[in-house]
Amino acid sequence: MKILITLIPLFPLFGFLFLGAGFRSLPRRIVSVTGPGTILASFLLTLILFFDFQRNGIPQIHLIFNWLTVGPLAIGFEFLTDPLSLLMMLIVTGVGFLIHWYSVGYMKDDPGYNRFFAHMNLFVFFMLLLVMGANYLIMFIGWEGVGLCSYLLIGFWFRNQDYNNAAKKAFIMNRIGDLGFLLGMFLLFTTFGSLNFREIFEKATPMEAGEPVMVAITLLLFIGAVGKSAQIPLYTWLPDAMAGPTPVSALIHAATMVTAGVYMVARSNILYVLSPVTQIVMGSVALATAIFAASIALFQNDIKKILAYSTISQLGYMFAALSVGAFTGAMFHLTTHAFFKALLFLGAGSVIHALGGEQDIRKMGGLRKNMPATWWTFLIATLAISGIPPLSGFFSKDEILIHALDHSAWMWFILFIGALMTAFYMFRLLWLTFFGAFRGTDDQRHHLHESPGVMTVPLILLAILTAFGGFMNIPGIFGGNSLLAQFLAPVFAGSKYHPMPVTGISHATEWMIMGITLVAVIAVIAWSYHHFVKREKGFLPDQVHRNFLVNLISQKYYVDELYELIIVKPLLWLSTILHRIIEVGFIDRIVNSFGNLVIRTGNTLRFIQTGNVGFYMFIMILGIILMLFLNILI
Amino acid sequence: MTTMTAIPIDYYLIFCSILFCTGVIGVLIKRNALVILMSIELMINSINLLLAAFAAYTNDPAGQIFVFFIMVVAAAEVAIGLAIIVLIYRTTHSIDIHVLNKLKW
Amino acid sequence: MLFTRYLFYFLTILALFSATMVLASRKPIHSVLFLTLTFFAIAGHYILLNAQFLAVVHIIVYAGAIMVLFLFTVMLLNLNKDERSPKPAWVKIMAVIAGGMLMLTLIGVFRGYEGMTTADPSLTQIGLVKNLGRVLYHDYLLPFELSSILFLTAMVGAVLLGKKEQI
Repeated sequence: MKILITLIPLFPLFGFLFLGAGFRSLPRRIVSVTGPGTILASFLLTLILFFDFQRNGIPQIHLIFNWLTVGPLAIGFEFLTDPLSLLMMLIVTGVGFLIHWYSVGYMKDDPGYNRFFAHMNLFVFFMLLLVMGANYLIMFIGWEGVGLCSYLLIGFWFRNQDYNNAAKKAFIMNRIGDLGFLLGMFLLFTTFGSLNFREIFEKATPMEAGEPVMVAITLLLFIGAVGKSAQIPLYTWLPDAMAGPTPVSALIHAATMVTAGVYMVARSNILYVLSPVTQIVMGSVALATAIFAASIALFQNDIKKILAYSTISQLGYMFAALSVGAFTGAMFHLTTHAFFKALLFLGAGSVIHALGGEQDIRKMGGLRKNMPATWWTFLIATLAISGIPPLSGFFSKDEILIHALDHSAWMWFILFIGALMTAFYMFRLLWLTFFGAFRGTDDQRHHLHESPGVMTVPLILLAILTAFGGFMNIPGIFGGNSLLAQFLAPVFAGSKYHPMPVTGISHATEWMIMGITLVAVIAVIAWSYHHFVKREKGFLPDQVHRNFLVNLISQKYYVDELYELIIVKPLLWLSTILHRIIEVGFIDRIVNSFGNLVIRTGNTLRFIQTGNVGFYMFIMILGIILMLFLNILI
Repeated sequence: MTTMTAIPIDYYLIFCSILFCTGVIGVLIKRNALVILMSIELMINSINLLLAAFAAYTNDPAGQIFVFFIMVVAAAEVAIGLAIIVLIYRTTHSIDIHVLNKLKW
Repeated sequence: MLFTRYLFYFLTILALFSATMVLASRKPIHSVLFLTLTFFAIAGHYILLNAQFLAVVHIIVYAGAIMVLFLFTVMLLNLNKDERSPKPAWVKIMAVIAGGMLMLTLIGVFRGYEGMTTADPSLTQIGLVKNLGRVLYHDYLLPFELSSILFLTAMVGAVLLGKKEQI
């Protein structure tokens, strides 16, 4: 069993080493097999592990080796198999494998083919470390590692300086969050004396709610999650991260890395329910992000940017669920989101690929005739994200909405508005891309074609998952028995408050809420169809005068400019000052003055060399006399 | 036979010191490079005598061995020194150290 | 042994006188000859100390080889010009004072040096060839061998330096 566990992250690591070492020499064929192959191997091993766990399900910690032993601190390199980590492992390896398979076709003509798969494998390795770790330090290794791989993959086409800047932005914003995570870890260690999950949660369970140290710990950890999962205010990196190849966006910025924050909070559920303050903060941030990002997505014109803001918004939903204690709901939404968001991104990639790199939806249209497989899968994904039953998105989003209503009506209302906005912008995307007349160039029209099988088969598989994935957690009102909730129950059982996924809302209210939401969403979809397809008013050319609000939103509320003004410029100014005054004016001067001192001394002392041997001898005699004298005296 | 009539070691010490200082004065005063070399030889010889005296008085052969090696080195040094002086004379036709003072600042 | 004492005094005075004449001579050739006389006096001292081997070696090496070298150099290069020394007088006075001070310091250091007057130096056996050879080849073999390399270097150096044409 331990070998199995060790092999799961080792396969992608070996893939990285192998592909990385041979990134110039390996032929395409070998890389096409090895790249996805390692992930497939990990997925199969995870499946074996999963079924074994189903049979005799005891969460176990597997110690690989003793890593750090310094005084009272003893951290081992250990992996944890419990329902939560198994769920995440399945998502990471499963969806990861499908994306790798897709990339074989998508990145076919790229000169950095081998490097791409090496980096992707490395990313999967680190992500697996993150979700399999049994203590916060292993999780932190994975945390940092995925940040690194995100940098490497966003800046994959490194010859473009804009992409490099985007990669740097992503990494630096992640680092800001990581500082919070690190401080949280330090506090955890000083409070509990260990970083191991089991030990910490055992010690924390009997604690009282609202203790200041717990508030501090959970807030700091949440800051880490804000950075990694792109919540306000550390979200601006994610839209810029669309500079990377589309499979990267699908894997990292939809399905796995950005969900690391959600996983972390879910894992630390015991700590979070002990700190209502943090939960309020988390909820506020999540709600704000959900609405904010959804509003920006209404006016974007780049396929990938719309999907990026959609991701930010959906992450806000997940954090909102976490903040009210609906941990299962959040994990459920994480899973279904992984499915349909990856599908959306891969479909977008298929469209971009067919149009030879075009990403502006104003230049697309009517593609459903030429790309049937892409069109159908994209439709399924869009329906799922809008929350149309019986697709998976309906169940997961509904669960979050119900839990939000249980907590406060305002919360439900904000999320409800967000859902309507989601439906609107997603369907806008759909109508403008796949309906109407083709608005691109003639050259592109001639080259329109459906993507090859290696790209469409993963799309179809993801569509199946999206369509039927919801059945893993059918709530009670439909007669199901919430399989996922039961599966994850042991993980969340320790939380004293809000333990169960069952709310105090009666079935009747639930039905009513569901009905209202459904009707409203369908109305929005119908209106958007009318607006965009029938009346062809989907987009505004840049020169048209827009009113203030529209301008504000379509410029993304000028947040980037704001950051530039209040953070970047002062830092650069400070750095310039430090350089000029301290570095050059002070330190350099000190160092140079030493050198000058030596030169000047030498210049003065050289006059001792008179060339006269008698003089030298004379001085020597004087010296000897002096030495003898001093020897006698002292 | 009797120790009273044996020459005390002081005498050797003083004698060698005077000889040494004579050599020193010679180096300081003289202008001819050859004579300076000879004064250096004088200094070396005074030291040799002192070492041999100490060896005899303490019955330790190490002193005389040392003298032996000093003679070796002195011989080699004189050979090379004279060769250099000959070379200098060939180029500058002078062995006056007041003329040969170009190796300076 | 009073005779030894007188011999000692005689040799000392001879050595000192010759040394002073080395400095005081006008011509370099006179200096060379007086230095040779000094060496003979010192060789006499060696015999007084019963350092037989050293005495003989001293005469062979110093008086026989080194002084001959000096003589050759003086005669072949015709360096017998008058040692006029138009050095400024104050330099000479300073030099004599410095040397004199050194002498006084050294004598002051060594005067009244007690100890080690028990042995009669003319009775020691370490100066004999047999004993000296035993010590030399037993304890000091490595320096002995290295000195041969030193000689080799010196010979090569001297020959190279003395060549007329380009090396």
